[in-house]
Amino acid sequence: MKKITEIRWHGRAGQGAKTAALLLAGAALKEGKYIQGFPEYGPEREGAPMKAFTRISKSPILIHCDIVNPEAVVVLDSTLLEVANVTQGLGDEGILLVNTKSSPEEIRERLKFNKGKVFTVDATSISLKTLGRNLPNMPMLGALIKANPLIKLETLLSSVREKFEKKFSSKIAESNISAIEKAYEEVKLE
Amino acid sequence: MKEKGWKDVPLGGLILEAGSAKEYLTGSWRTFRPVLDEKKCKHCLICWIYCPDSSIIVEDGKMKGFRYDYCKGCGICSTECPFKAIEMIEEAKYKAEKEGEK
Amino acid sequence: METIKAMTGDEIAAETIRQINPDVMAAYPITPQTEIVQIFSEFVANGLVDTEMVRVESEHSAMSACVGAASAGARAMTATSANGLALMWEIVYIAASLRLPIVMPVVNRALSGPINIHCDHSDSMGARDSGWIQLYSENCQEIYDNLIQAVRIAEDKSVLLPVMVTFDGFIISHGTERVKILEDEQVRKFIGKYNPRYPLLDIDNPVTYGPLDLFDYYFEHKRQQVEAMKNALDVIKKIGGEYTQLSGRSYELIEEFGSPDADLVVIAAGSTAGTVKGAIEELKEEGINAKLLKIRAFRPFPQDEIKQSLRKVAVVAVMDRSASFGAVGGPIFLEVRSALLDEERRIPVVNYIYGLGGRNIGIEDIKKVFQDLIQIRKTGKVKNLVNYLGVRE
Repeated sequence: MKKITEIRWHGRAGQGAKTAALLLAGAALKEGKYIQGFPEYGPEREGAPMKAFTRISKSPILIHCDIVNPEAVVVLDSTLLEVANVTQGLGDEGILLVNTKSSPEEIRERLKFNKGKVFTVDATSISLKTLGRNLPNMPMLGALIKANPLIKLETLLSSVREKFEKKFSSKIAESNISAIEKAYEEVKLE
Repeated sequence: MKEKGWKDVPLGGLILEAGSAKEYLTGSWRTFRPVLDEKKCKHCLICWIYCPDSSIIVEDGKMKGFRYDYCKGCGICSTECPFKAIEMIEEAKYKAEKEGEK
Repeated sequence: METIKAMTGDEIAAETIRQINPDVMAAYPITPQTEIVQIFSEFVANGLVDTEMVRVESEHSAMSACVGAASAGARAMTATSANGLALMWEIVYIAASLRLPIVMPVVNRALSGPINIHCDHSDSMGARDSGWIQLYSENCQEIYDNLIQAVRIAEDKSVLLPVMVTFDGFIISHGTERVKILEDEQVRKFIGKYNPRYPLLDIDNPVTYGPLDLFDYYFEHKRQQVEAMKNALDVIKKIGGEYTQLSGRSYELIEEFGSPDADLVVIAAGSTAGTVKGAIEELKEEGINAKLLKIRAFRPFPQDEIKQSLRKVAVVAVMDRSASFGAVGGPIFLEVRSALLDEERRIPVVNYIYGLGGRNIGIEDIKKVFQDLIQIRKTGKVKNLVNYLGVRE
């Protein structure tokens, strides 16, 4: 079987899970990978629980279905822990990364999750500090590639710089980059 | 006229010549024929305004008769004429009278 | 030189239209097509294209403007989805009947109601008798390749029909994938300059478009459309071949994937064809030989290719992402079954309606279909001719 790395993102509409899922895919493409990044969402409904997905592979990706057995799950908002089945399909080696002030042990206890590895990072505080608003998607991307080195940090940063400078400004790009770097440093493993 | 098959007609129903409607002599549809009484006509051209086709012949601002190739005999000109200068005559009767004259 | 980019379906569709650089783009936004129009409008605003962008007040107007522009002699395009396609319905037929080579991406979305914005093929399948050529795209790369080829197919003198290039809403339109993009010059050279046959703007040779056409000639004009569709079969293959020369990617009326000698076949169109490929690869590791027959061209329907491909197989499942209410089965199923009817050997064909309104279809679902086929091969009996895959009982 051709190995595909699959990541599932849980967020609330407006928190940037789709942007993060697609940006990670785009960055992996720069490292010569085959990629997919896609959302599962309805019409614009800010705050509604939603999912997004990233696939990365060394060979062409043919399938076009939802991810059911992810290698990593990223939760952008800890209020989703009781709402969405975030650990669904996570295997023994699976990675669960949660945006929270709690420790990995506390999250494990809260979810009664006894497989894989649990990482936590306070991405909300980081984004409030660096961006001035709660946009946890970029810091969560930084934390993810520390927890699971899917791509090099430099590749991610250059992709972010490229996208945000084009779409917004270099100032916004730089503050997002410091958010990523900070989360990359601060992410906690149990 | 032999109608053409699908291989011979222009694609999509296009008509490739301009003004081809003039070949379509709709005057043959007529049951009643307008006939002008020149003595009553004041050349007000109300008939020309009302004609739904373009069957009123006008020269130098004067009503000069009808384009019978295209006049369908609807009678609007006759109805609208303020001077009752246009009479609608049965085509068959007109033809019979013409025959009698010969 | 090709560049490789990560792009969503809508992004690549807009980028392809930029490279095609049509004379006129008349469009109205509708989810999940919106980003095509939005991104292309930016190209227009930034002067990257020569296109006259017509901002219309509805899809009915969008297609009307395209009909007007194409009659005038312009290369005209629009894009739509579901309810938008339904609203332009009347003019969709007129575009085909007037033989105007308009190219239109259709982002497949469930046609209401109840209202739903996600993928199924009910929109374009409903338009299957409108006289448009329909090319279904599996992924972002195929959107690009199909749109470029569509311009040539539509404008071919033996065809002169509009072309819909479809792709699955959200799954492809909002999913980012790796796409290889040719240089602008390569694309423009491939599509060439448009030489309209009877442009209305040629005032030295005036023509009439759309006169009254009654029982005396209408039938003849419909017969011409039948012939043009038939001609399109060869033209799609010919242009696919030329495009392979340019891009290295091969395009036929259908695509086969898996063991050529496999006697279990699933037929699918759109993004699910890719998931079927994934299932076939997994089945291979489990020791099961299986094959996909992907429908690229649904209109014209490639009957001969399908017959040829299925001649030696044991059993066939047809996946339809739309229901044809009151019919025996889904639209692709009906065509495939009819095509196989006059084969000497009877081949069992079963139908799976799936994925309506965006219901996810995974590898396991498709493996279940193959398991059903194995059962039919073993027993020779078809339990259910039409099955509803993924619906809750």
